[in-house]
Amino acid sequence: MAEPLHDITVDREIDRSRMRIGSEVAIQIAAMNKWFGTFHVLRDINMTVHRGERIVICGPSGSGKSTLIRCINRLEEHQSGRIVVDGTELTSDLKNIDKVRSEVGMVFQHFNLFPHLTILENCTLAPIWVRKVPRKEAEETAMHFLRKVKIPEQALKYPGQLSGGQQQRVAIARSLCMKPKIMLFDEPTSALDPEMIKEVLDTMIALAEEGMTMLVVTHEMGFARQVANRVIFMDQGQIVEQNEPEPFFSNPQSERTKLFLSQILRGH
Amino acid sequence: MAEIRFVRTAMLPPQEPPVSQIGAVRWVRENLFSGWLNGVLTVASAAFVVWLALHVGPWFMNAVWNAGSLAECREILAGTDGACLAVIRDRWPQLLFGFYPSELYWRPTLALLLLFVALAPALFPAVPRQLLWFSAIYPGLAYWLLWGGTLWFPVVALAGFAVGIAVFIALRPVLPLVAPFAGLVAPVFWWLFAVVPVTGLLAAVLPVGITPVRSDSFGGFTLSIIIGVTGIALSLPLGILLALGRKSDLFLVKTICVGFIEFIRGVPLITLLFTASLLLNYFLPPGTNFDIILRVVIMVTLFAAAYMAEVIRGGLAAIPRGQYEAADSLGLDYWKAMRLIVLPQALKISIPGIVNTFIGLFKDTTLVVFIGLLDPIGLSTAIRANTNWNGIYWELFLFIGAMFFVFCFGMSRYSMHLERRLKTDHR
Ligand SMILES: Nc1ncnc2c1ncn2[C@@H]1O[C@H](COP(=O)(O)OP(=O)(O)O)[C@@H](O)[C@H]1O
Ligand SMILES: [Mg+2]
Repeated sequence: MAEPLHDITVDREIDRSRMRIGSEVAIQIAAMNKWFGTFHVLRDINMTVHRGERIVICGPSGSGKSTLIRCINRLEEHQSGRIVVDGTELTSDLKNIDKVRSEVGMVFQHFNLFPHLTILENCTLAPIWVRKVPRKEAEETAMHFLRKVKIPEQALKYPGQLSGGQQQRVAIARSLCMKPKIMLFDEPTSALDPEMIKEVLDTMIALAEEGMTMLVVTHEMGFARQVANRVIFMDQGQIVEQNEPEPFFSNPQSERTKLFLSQILRGH
Repeated sequence: MAEIRFVRTAMLPPQEPPVSQIGAVRWVRENLFSGWLNGVLTVASAAFVVWLALHVGPWFMNAVWNAGSLAECREILAGTDGACLAVIRDRWPQLLFGFYPSELYWRPTLALLLLFVALAPALFPAVPRQLLWFSAIYPGLAYWLLWGGTLWFPVVALAGFAVGIAVFIALRPVLPLVAPFAGLVAPVFWWLFAVVPVTGLLAAVLPVGITPVRSDSFGGFTLSIIIGVTGIALSLPLGILLALGRKSDLFLVKTICVGFIEFIRGVPLITLLFTASLLLNYFLPPGTNFDIILRVVIMVTLFAAAYMAEVIRGGLAAIPRGQYEAADSLGLDYWKAMRLIVLPQALKISIPGIVNTFIGLFKDTTLVVFIGLLDPIGLSTAIRANTNWNGIYWELFLFIGAMFFVFCFGMSRYSMHLERRLKTDHR
């Protein structure tokens, strides 16, 4: 397999008028630790995300990026420290977990669409069963977001009939149908071919332009430069370095960051 | 400019392909004689089929339909080879209905016809959904048609479900945690303590009923279908619950389910049936009248459910973890994720195994002959016990086999149709 460039940029002017970072805290993680058995996968994570922030998380494979963002909607359970999402602390209380999950959307590397349901049904399922929205209204909302991700004409097809890029855009629309306040992306483009990467990044940029709070695990450095207001570098379960994109790329502080960037941006 | 000598004004139709490339000739070449080994196998199988037809054909063609006994059949055949199908003609009502009173044959027949009506909305999406209400009351209706007696009994028994739902709805605002539990326990208490007195009261006030028929009159295919259909209908939901329980994180639930499945699977069905017929009487308080057919249905259901659970567990294991995670991240709780995302996919994968279990269960109903119930096999023995038909085997077994084949083949075809209909993954 050819080494991906990880530097696909979208050639259009980005509208920054609504990308405003508020003072309100969306996610607060304090002294958080997590183990898988005896393996200490996340070490003393401290992190504050304000409303409207667009954060890119990068780092070598196995450094704990996925685990970190999966802790934010409790797909993984942390063992010490605190995680507060939108004012709700994540504990073993199921009510809190449900509340957080219905306000945080998540997009996965392998899309995880429901193959037995049509695109439209994929998008209306959670609003109807979790939010108790009437079917008709849920369908209208779903069509609205499918138009946003530019595939309204596929609404009645099944996921298996769509290309990877289209499936990932449906997955984004499916999350948006729950009207989340925060969106998590776990390597949303890693399973895609270059031309499809572009259409998915385009969709994510459009989302950022609307002021969505986003945490994106990705190696697409072009996206980080264009959209992120902060880049976090993780290695061996720790946050090693974080900075605004420009200084992060041009002037990395730690040796580990330098090594990682030189590997990921090889070919420049 | 060159002079044009010929311009075609009408297009010719394409030429026929050579004989070796069309129709029957091509089909035969590709499917029967595509290599020397296939050629040999084709010839050998054809020879076998011809041999079989030559032996069985005359036996069938020569069959005697009109005779009152095997001896009469032999007389008519006068030493030639032939089937004595007269026994089917003489005894088919018994093979179908056992010792059910003959003037009441319309009742099991109607129950069977209504069964298809009740199944239709579950089997075919084109049927209006409102018919599901009929499916819901069908068990009570079928019970009443088959066993007769007062109409109030099935009505009051079905009302147990309404009682459960009412208790659940009434308690939910006050005690949300206890409500589901109370909703499950209330019907059980209703069935144990309320059904008999309430039925008696209503029957005294307003007697509506038809001639009762006792369980020991049931037999033949009526009995097979009653046990088979009830077992099938109950073992699927029970199997699903057991499979989910086996995958559960709750230690106690998991242990109980694993223990149950392993125990039932490790014991032959016939042992369970003997338990049902003999041992249960020792455990039950003296004087309780616990219907033998009901006992058998329970045992057959438990047996099939254990197998069903394992089949469904296989389907559950095939669902990628990403599906659970997507459901979780959208905020669906456990039961909703199971019902809407996981089970529809897992059951679809498991269809061949599920139908396999159904067919096995239906054929296993013939084992009840060992505890003295008169299923079709048992009846064939009973028919032979009559001096007229003493010594007749093949004809009866062929008829019974053919009947079972029709039902099982029907299930198998439906399952293939269902698999095609539900195929949405486009892999
Ligand atoms: N469920 C799990 N059980 C045990 N170890 C795990 C599990 N999930 C991830 N890990 C381990 O935790 C580490 C971090 O994984 P992950 O967060 O997926 O890394 P990244 O997304 O940065 O590649 C890896 O070493 C991985 O093998
Ligand atoms: Mg990862």
